[in-house]
Amino acid sequence: MSNVPDNLKYTKDHEWLSIEGDVATVGITDYAQESLGDLVYVELPKVGASFAAGADMVIVESCKAASDVYSPIAGEVVEVNQAVVNAPETINSDPYAGGWLVKLKVSAADVAGLLDASAYKNLLD
Amino acid sequence: MKKTPLHQEHIFKGAKMAEFAGYDMPIYYGLGILKEHLWTRENAGLFDVSHMGQAWLEGANAIAMLETITPSAFASLGINKAKYTVLLNENKCIIDDLIITKIADDRFFIVYNAGCKEKDEAFFRENLPADCTFTTLPNRALIALQGPAALEIATQTFPNAGLFEQPYMTFNKSTFAGEEVFISRLGYTGEDGFEISVPATVAPQLWNKILSNELAQPIGLGARDTLRLEMGYPLYGHDIDDKTTPIEADLTWVVAKAKRETFPAIRKKRVGFEILGRGVIREGSKVFVLDGNEIGVITSGGFGPTVGNSIAQGYVAPQFAEVGKDVEIELRGTKVAAKVASYIYVEAKTKK
Repeated sequence: MSNVPDNLKYTKDHEWLSIEGDVATVGITDYAQESLGDLVYVELPKVGASFAAGADMVIVESCKAASDVYSPIAGEVVEVNQAVVNAPETINSDPYAGGWLVKLKVSAADVAGLLDASAYKNLLD
Repeated sequence: MKKTPLHQEHIFKGAKMAEFAGYDMPIYYGLGILKEHLWTRENAGLFDVSHMGQAWLEGANAIAMLETITPSAFASLGINKAKYTVLLNENKCIIDDLIITKIADDRFFIVYNAGCKEKDEAFFRENLPADCTFTTLPNRALIALQGPAALEIATQTFPNAGLFEQPYMTFNKSTFAGEEVFISRLGYTGEDGFEISVPATVAPQLWNKILSNELAQPIGLGARDTLRLEMGYPLYGHDIDDKTTPIEADLTWVVAKAKRETFPAIRKKRVGFEILGRGVIREGSKVFVLDGNEIGVITSGGFGPTVGNSIAQGYVAPQFAEVGKDVEIELRGTKVAAKVASYIYVEAKTKK
């Protein structure tokens, strides 16, 4: 049973997003970290880089394969979580808090197009 | 998909299953690949490798046959000694890599890759002298117990088998639940350990008996691959195949001295790589020298949990196969700096 916090937004590609003002925090869901297995490398974007919704933004690597993490909505990177670069396993153990990946400056209105927790849970069934 | 005799045990343990060589196999269990790998090197890992082929080759001309279809020497091989060797096709390229153990001059126990099972069996039968028989053992399971604690754990189940003194790469017999088991001191991890051939009917019982020791954990194919990659062992279908000679594969030691000159000049050479940049190098990635010329390809790549970095094996044109040579390896549209290195990243702890 994977964990799906109610207060977050989600994409069908298993990213989560939380928003405060016009800054969104993005990571991968519990379902995603479990499917990927132990992560050994993370490649984060540079601060200042811009991404369209759905664009390749982060790469996470497990023993077996590399996976793309997509930007849930359009935005500009204002901060990245350097801690997970040195300890990628944090993404596995704490995907919604310590395992956050990128903070983006966004247009808050775009968040409305994302899935809420119950819609995302339906996808997992 | 086919199932091994231990399939239900993997399901009960909640293993992540996937298809491998036509079998539904455990890729990892609850610990995950990284922790399963590290557990095996620190304690003991238990692997279901029952998908592999097991067979008897018997007959007065068995030695002559083996010295024809492999490049290795079998006449001088001692009783109960196991030999790692390769089957060669008419181009002197590798059909499969396998372990052949001499039980007597006219009796050999053979363990071969699951992915080559039908191919190998047909090859043995085509080359069988009139006085020999080749008998497959589809009703036997194969369980590998590997790691520093393997001896201690195996001795609990087989206290009278003399496991402590059993030399590396030798064959031994014992019994379990009234059935005969074959215990070979060898494996695919670089750790001390045993591969145990047991009738399928009592395999789950043996599996669970071994796992009742708290130092033993079930380990899936994911960690089996990272463990062998750290040791530099080739994987058939990736690092060796029917377009590669044993000399090219850097397995010259497998070839009897007298036969080494009979191989054609090498077109490539198997090497390892020291990866200097970030990221995991994967199979299929091209290898370049610094002026941009493509010189080779990665045939196995991944992350080595004990090494703490990406590791890889591949082939380069022979003139570039020197340790220390600067190269670049493609990774997701860019190139990562690397050096040609040994494919052995971790020192073997197999019993001397």
